[in-house]
Amino acid sequence: MPTVALVLGTLFGSLINLNHPGNYIHWGFIQMSYGNLLVIVLMIVVFCAAILIPFKSHKGGER
Amino acid sequence: MSADSATKKVRPFKVDRDAVAWHGRYEPYDLAKEFLIAFVVVCILVAGLAILFGSPDDTPVTVKSWSNNDAVGFATTAATELDGTSGTATYGPPYNLNGTTAGKLGPLNPAKWLGVHHPIDTANDYVLGPLSTLANQPQVQAAVDEYKSATADQQATWTAAYEKAVADAKLTDGKLVVPSGDYGPVATIIAAETAMARSGALDGALLSSRQFYGTDYTKPLLFIADGDYFANLGSAQHLSGDQWGMMNETGQYPGQAWLWLYTLWYQVGPIGSSDNADIMVFSIMIGLTALLALVPFIPGLRSVPRWTRIYRLIWREHYKEVEKGGGSGSPPQQTAGEAKTPVTV
Amino acid sequence: MTIVDPKTERPDQADLDKAAGRPEDADQWTAKIRNTAVEALPPQKLLPDRQPAYVASWIYVFGVTTIAALIVVIGTGFVLSIFGPNWWHVSSTGLFVNSLHLWSVEIFMFAMVIHLWGKFFMAAWRGKRKATWITGVVSFLVSVGAAFTGYLSQQNFDSQWISTQAKDGINSTGAGALFNVTNFGQMIMWHIVLLPLVVVALVGLHVLMVRLRGVVTPFPAKNETPGEAAAAAATSGAEVQA
Repeated sequence: MPTVALVLGTLFGSLINLNHPGNYIHWGFIQMSYGNLLVIVLMIVVFCAAILIPFKSHKGGER
Repeated sequence: MSADSATKKVRPFKVDRDAVAWHGRYEPYDLAKEFLIAFVVVCILVAGLAILFGSPDDTPVTVKSWSNNDAVGFATTAATELDGTSGTATYGPPYNLNGTTAGKLGPLNPAKWLGVHHPIDTANDYVLGPLSTLANQPQVQAAVDEYKSATADQQATWTAAYEKAVADAKLTDGKLVVPSGDYGPVATIIAAETAMARSGALDGALLSSRQFYGTDYTKPLLFIADGDYFANLGSAQHLSGDQWGMMNETGQYPGQAWLWLYTLWYQVGPIGSSDNADIMVFSIMIGLTALLALVPFIPGLRSVPRWTRIYRLIWREHYKEVEKGGGSGSPPQQTAGEAKTPVTV
Repeated sequence: MTIVDPKTERPDQADLDKAAGRPEDADQWTAKIRNTAVEALPPQKLLPDRQPAYVASWIYVFGVTTIAALIVVIGTGFVLSIFGPNWWHVSSTGLFVNSLHLWSVEIFMFAMVIHLWGKFFMAAWRGKRKATWITGVVSFLVSVGAAFTGYLSQQNFDSQWISTQAKDGINSTGAGALFNVTNFGQMIMWHIVLLPLVVVALVGLHVLMVRLRGVVTPFPAKNETPGEAAAAAATSGAEVQA
């Protein structure tokens, strides 16, 4: 079943249909779609992670 | 490349502008392997996101779909194109010379500097011209001729009266019927225009009016954008300027988050509601962009990285080593063979 | 007995010396260009296999990730070009390739912004690296422009909306006379010809500058005063990048 879904998703565009009217958060004068909010939050999280996670300098280092 | 301090002037060291060259330890770092890993990770991420979410493809609006979904709205807009009161008709450069909606920046009006490059005469291009291409429609041709040969004042009287009445118009047997009144030939013209639009013939006429192989959709797009139907579709998807629309995408897809600062100014009351909003926001963004590009030259702004001390986190291993050892300068140099356990990236 | 294949035999030094580097040819434009390039960026600097010990943080991978994403953007764009702008509206494979193109652009911008934040907080313009910073900012701006013309080339409701809205901002500057966002033919040519060339040229220049100057050194440590560091460097004959 999951394989079929994957194949169909590939053939017909997507597994998750995002073509519904968007949801928006209203925060003071800021209005933002959940999609954009997620992207921005992810960027901040990834930036912080990049700085905080140790970059091990040993052979076959962690990835 | 050592500086001959006797003959060369040495600038004072400014910590936010200058950097001391590195003479400390080097570690193996495989750039090619790093690139390949990054490439594979990106490919997997992109494929995964594409399989999960796909991409949006909302059907475009046509004059046909507009007039079939909102015949009265279409007729209202068509009347304003005929009498030259529509948004496009009164836009000014680069479409025509009838006033300007583009706004000023103090005494400057850059919108006018390059003049009219994409001429649009809404009455002829959108209404009278296309109607003249209809074959076997003598009443329509007669109405067009009557309108064209009337005085400007007479035309204005007819269209003003029509525009008051068209809000109460109805579609009866596929024909647009307005409450009775003295509109001269305008009612016939707009009814014919609406019928032409609903059949799809107007879309074709607008595109092929100048050449067979057109790729320039300016005329039909501006006509469609003059109508409320199109504007309402946009605001229903939160795409309007006053809804942070520039950042958004149709549906629930993430949009262009990087445009946040550009669209932000349109949400600021005095700027967003000004007639000169566009040129004001553009000027602000040019200024801020210049600031970003010229950060290295701007004292204060270029000190922010040092003040915020995030660099202490990024380089914490380096500082541990240097500050443990004490003294100034870089950590003691190691010869190539003495490198610590190599980094295989 | 080994047989040397003349086709794969590498030229020896004597052959190389015949082709280039003679003192009497030093005034040639070709010689000058080659010598300037090799002096500025010898192979060991162009493709180093070691980095200073302080280059040890995950923040350093976002530059190369941006480039990797750019390659996927261009590759997927290439495939879309093979079948033309209408393909993705009528083919499910085309729609999938379009999705790849869209998400690779999202990843590209995502990585580029994180790279920008990292470089800002490292004050990476220090030490004669202002041009590196500036080419980076300009690359960002041109990329935003490339994405913009891409959205305009979609031939769907979104591109109708974006073009009719954006025209007002651009017309207010007068540029609308020349840069007509409602002209699909013009916008798609900017998107697939002009702007990709500019982006690639700028990114190439940016990377060469990073190789030229090296990765920026950290701010002086607590037990280092900049003046001392500079003086120590000067007396040891080391280079102060000021």
